[in-house]
Amino acid sequence: MYAQMVKSEATQDDPDKLVAFQARIDAGEKIEPKDWMPEGYRKTLIRQIGQHAHSEIVGQLPEGNWITRAPTLERKAILLAKVQDEAGHGLYLYCAAETLGVSRDELTEMLLDGRMKYSSIFNYPTLTWADMGAVGWLVDGAAIMNQVPLQRTSFGPYSRAMIRICKEESFHQRQGFDIMMKMANGTEAQKRMAQDALNRFWYPSLMMFGPSDKDSVHSAQSMAWKIKMNTNDELRQKFVDQTVPQAEYLGLTVPDPDLRWNDDKGGYDFSEPDWAEFFDVIKGNGPCNVERLAARNKAWDDGAWVRDGLMAHADKKRARQMAAE
Amino acid sequence: MSKQWPLWEIFIRGQHGLNHRHVGSLHAPDADTAIKHARDVYTRRNEGVSIWAVEAQHIAASSPSEKGPLYEPSESKVYRHPTFFDIPDDVGAM
Repeated sequence: MYAQMVKSEATQDDPDKLVAFQARIDAGEKIEPKDWMPEGYRKTLIRQIGQHAHSEIVGQLPEGNWITRAPTLERKAILLAKVQDEAGHGLYLYCAAETLGVSRDELTEMLLDGRMKYSSIFNYPTLTWADMGAVGWLVDGAAIMNQVPLQRTSFGPYSRAMIRICKEESFHQRQGFDIMMKMANGTEAQKRMAQDALNRFWYPSLMMFGPSDKDSVHSAQSMAWKIKMNTNDELRQKFVDQTVPQAEYLGLTVPDPDLRWNDDKGGYDFSEPDWAEFFDVIKGNGPCNVERLAARNKAWDDGAWVRDGLMAHADKKRARQMAAE
Repeated sequence: MSKQWPLWEIFIRGQHGLNHRHVGSLHAPDADTAIKHARDVYTRRNEGVSIWAVEAQHIAASSPSEKGPLYEPSESKVYRHPTFFDIPDDVGAM
């Protein structure tokens, strides 16, 4: 899940309009940008879609780290394609957010100065090639878990962006699992790397779904508005139930001594991640927070002359054309 | 702050002779760049063989408040659909 702890905005609109709006959502209608919507709905969505978009963009950094060091040309081309997809996903989401009346530059600046967040997961380092496997398998796996239901979200542009993203996302998870299979069936050293990657990414992946439902205060309104489709714990359970058999297939051990199948609930019992660590990472104290934001700021600043230059060139051409007409 | 690139709406025609279809939007300084960006963003998996880029500010759109007056009249005209007419089975396919 790329949007964590998105605070629902209280809304102070005309009660009659609110009732009619909720009725539209309950009837399964899509809300489109020019339709009337509560201010809280608009603001919460900008925050959620913006955070999701930022996560796609910042999410390029841990994987970009390995593009030049991929073990084969084929793996390099695949990783490059994957990272390119993430840029595309960021674009679709920024465009969806823009329909709510915020510009992409405003969103970017809010990311760069820390007013907006991105997913906690991207503040962890990618130390070995096996991490590319673990990120695709676990991180993209967790993202898919959240994004598939969001295809049915009430806001039309968000829903359409999700549909497009989901189509591309399963390539990401499969390429990750493919790397894990190769490593897990490789030499002893490769197998150790695969296990180490799983050890480091397991709990941060569980954190992606956000705090436990008992501590998650923002869910009710967002769920009524259908901009959140499942609770954090529901999705986390689903993710564990899906992922544990895959780890077994790989011959790897999930780093949780209390993990066991529970016949009564038809799912696994598992340990919760360290929530103190989660809140600390969100606050900016994860292993890579500073590095990630510095990289985004540098890219934005270094690219300024290109953006300005192309705009100036386009303006000049347009002016010449007008003069000629 | 420098000026943001304008917004373009992108339409793509697939390979099977269907209409250009709206696929999304992007920012670009001019039409040529918009098409290049659209190629990179929206046709990475053979989605199309033709791209239209239209600057978003040039698109005129109907307003949601006109929904009633615009579309309701067609709701009462069921005879515009072929299924309105009962053709006896004896007549054969029509």
